[in-house]
Amino acid sequence: MPELRNFTLNFGPQHPAAHGVLRMVLELDGEVVMRADPHIGLLHRATEKLAESKTWIQSVPYMDRLDYMSMMCNEHAYCMAIERLLEVEVPIRAQYIRVLFDEITRILNHLLWVGCHGLDVGAMTMVLYAFREREDLVDAYEAVSGARMHAAYYRPGGVYRDLPDRMSQYQESKWKSAAQIKPFNEARSGSLLDFLDDFAARFPKLLDEYETLLTDNRIWKQRLVDVGIVTPERALQRGFTGPMLRGSGIAWDLRKKQPYEVYDRVDFDIPIGKTGDSYDRYLVRMEEMRQSNRIVKQCVDWLRQNPGPVMSDNHKVAPPDREAMKSNMEELIHHFKLCTEGMHVPEGEAYSAVEHPKGEFGIYVISDGANKPYRLKIRAPGYVHLSAMDEMVRGHMLADVVTIIGSQDVVFGEIDR
Amino acid sequence: MSAKLEALCQNLQECLGDRLKSLKVALGEVTIEVDAADYLAVMQTLRDAPELAFEELIDLCGVDYSTYGNVPREGPRYAAVSHLLSIARNWRLRVRCFAPDDDFPSLPSVTSVWNSVNWFEREAFDLIGIVFPGHNDLRRILTDYGFIGHPFRKDFPVSGYVEMRYDPEQQRVIYQPVTIEPREITPRIVREATYGKANNA
Repeated sequence: MPELRNFTLNFGPQHPAAHGVLRMVLELDGEVVMRADPHIGLLHRATEKLAESKTWIQSVPYMDRLDYMSMMCNEHAYCMAIERLLEVEVPIRAQYIRVLFDEITRILNHLLWVGCHGLDVGAMTMVLYAFREREDLVDAYEAVSGARMHAAYYRPGGVYRDLPDRMSQYQESKWKSAAQIKPFNEARSGSLLDFLDDFAARFPKLLDEYETLLTDNRIWKQRLVDVGIVTPERALQRGFTGPMLRGSGIAWDLRKKQPYEVYDRVDFDIPIGKTGDSYDRYLVRMEEMRQSNRIVKQCVDWLRQNPGPVMSDNHKVAPPDREAMKSNMEELIHHFKLCTEGMHVPEGEAYSAVEHPKGEFGIYVISDGANKPYRLKIRAPGYVHLSAMDEMVRGHMLADVVTIIGSQDVVFGEIDR
Repeated sequence: MSAKLEALCQNLQECLGDRLKSLKVALGEVTIEVDAADYLAVMQTLRDAPELAFEELIDLCGVDYSTYGNVPREGPRYAAVSHLLSIARNWRLRVRCFAPDDDFPSLPSVTSVWNSVNWFEREAFDLIGIVFPGHNDLRRILTDYGFIGHPFRKDFPVSGYVEMRYDPEQQRVIYQPVTIEPREITPRIVREATYGKANNA
C-alpha cells in the first residue's frame, strides 16, 4: 500500500484570485485545507520608515498608496492624527467634505470589492456593472484633486481646495459624435455637487440591480453561505473590525460609537450579520453602500447651503493663500517656513482611527517636536484580517480559500505597507 | 477630562494597583506604562477584569527610542506599544512596556491573551528586533526571505545595506552592496516646545 500524506500547495503570488501579491502555502489533505500559511511582505515599501525621513506633509501622498482602493480614508486617519497633536480645528465645511469623500470612498471600495469578489467566485458580470459606477466616483475624485486615484486631497487643517463649480465633460471625437456623448454629459453640466446629487439619486436603483444578480443567485449562495464562519467571540479575539466584525453580529462602527468629524450630525444605520459567514459579510457590505449613499446625499445638501473656508487659517499648519503670500511680509515668511522646513508638531503621541471601508484604519504617531514624525505606525485592518486566514480556511475545500480571501477584502498596499 | 476617561483611570488604578508604573492622560488618550515583569499579567487583567473589558487588541508596535528628541538616550531603548479597545465599554487604552535589555530586547508574548497580536509581534520582531518568548511562530514577516538586520531601528539606514539585481553573467538574481547614497533633503530639526503650538500663532 502506498504511503499517503498531505501535500503542500503554493498559492500565489501571481494567482489572479490572490488579490495582489499574497503567497500562501496550503497544506492539503485531498481537497481539504489542513493549514494555511500566508507569506506577506512582497509589496513591503517601509512606508513607516520613509515617513520618518519626510516632513509631515510629504507623507500624505504615501497614505494614498497604502490601501489603494480607499485612498482618501487613509489620508483622513493620518491628517486627523496630526491635527490631534497640533490641536487645530478643522473648519466645519472641510469636515463635511471629508465625510462626503469618505463615503464616496467607501462606495468605491465596496464596488471594487463586489466586482472582484464576483470574478473570484464566478459571477463575471458584476465587475462590469461595478466599474461603470466607479467611473462616476473617480471622476468626482478627479474633479476635486486632479487625480483619479492618489488624490492627496485631505491635508492637516482641512482639505486642499473647495469643491469645483464645474465637472469635466466628455469631448466629441472620431469615435463618439456630439449626439452620442450628450446623454453622458447631462449630469455633468452643473457643479460637482449637482453631479453627486444625481449619482445619489441613481445609485439605490443600481444597487438593486446588483442585488438581483447576486443576492438570491443559487450559485452565489452555494459558494458563500456557511463558508468562513467567524463567531463573535473569535472575531474579537482575532481583532476584527469593520464589516468583518459586523458580519459576525457585533454592532460596532466607529462612525457611530466614537464619532469623528460630523458623523454625529448625519443619519445612517449600521447593518450587522447573523451567522458570520461570507454571505453575511457580502450583505453587510451591500447595505453599507446604501447607507453611504444616504450620507452622501445629506452632505451634498448641507454643502450646497453652507459655504465657508475649507482650510484652517492657522499658518503654522496650513499655507496662506497665494495672493496674501505675494503681498504680505508675514504670510511670505509663513509660506517660506512651511515649504522649506515644514510644520512642527508638538511633542507627544496620538492614535487616530477612522472607520475605513475595510475596518478600523489607525495611525499611531509619536512626535518629538521635530518637523518629521519620530515614529509612525499604520494599523491596517487587512493585516489583522489576513492573520486569521489560517483559522478561517481550516477544514474548508480548496475552492473556498478563494471565497474567504475575497470576503476578507484584502488589499496588499496596506497589508505590506 | 471627560467623565468616561476619569472612570477609566480610576478603574485602572483599582485593578492594577502597584503594577501601574505610570498613568498619563493627554489629548484625550490614556497611556499606561508597565514593567516587563508584570506585562503579561497586566494584559490578562486588562482583558478579563469586567471594569476594564478590553476584548480587542487593536495594534502592537515596537518603537526604538534611541534618537528621541535628537538627544542621547537615557534608559531603555526599545518598547512595545499596544493599543487596546473595549467594545463593551467603548474606550481605548495605550500600554507601553520597555524591554529591559538593549542588547537583547525581550518581552513576554501576549498571544495567549489576544490571538490578534500574533502577526503584530512577528512584525515587531522583524522590524525592530524585539523577541517575544512564548510566541510559537516568531518568524520574519514583512522583510525578504533571508533578510539580515532590523530595518526600523534608528541606526539602520533608509536605503539599507544591500540591493538586488539580475546578473546576466551568472544568470541569476544577486545581492550586492547598495549603490545609492542616502540623502536628506529637509534636515530634521527639533524646535523649542512652544514652536509648533497652534495657539501660539
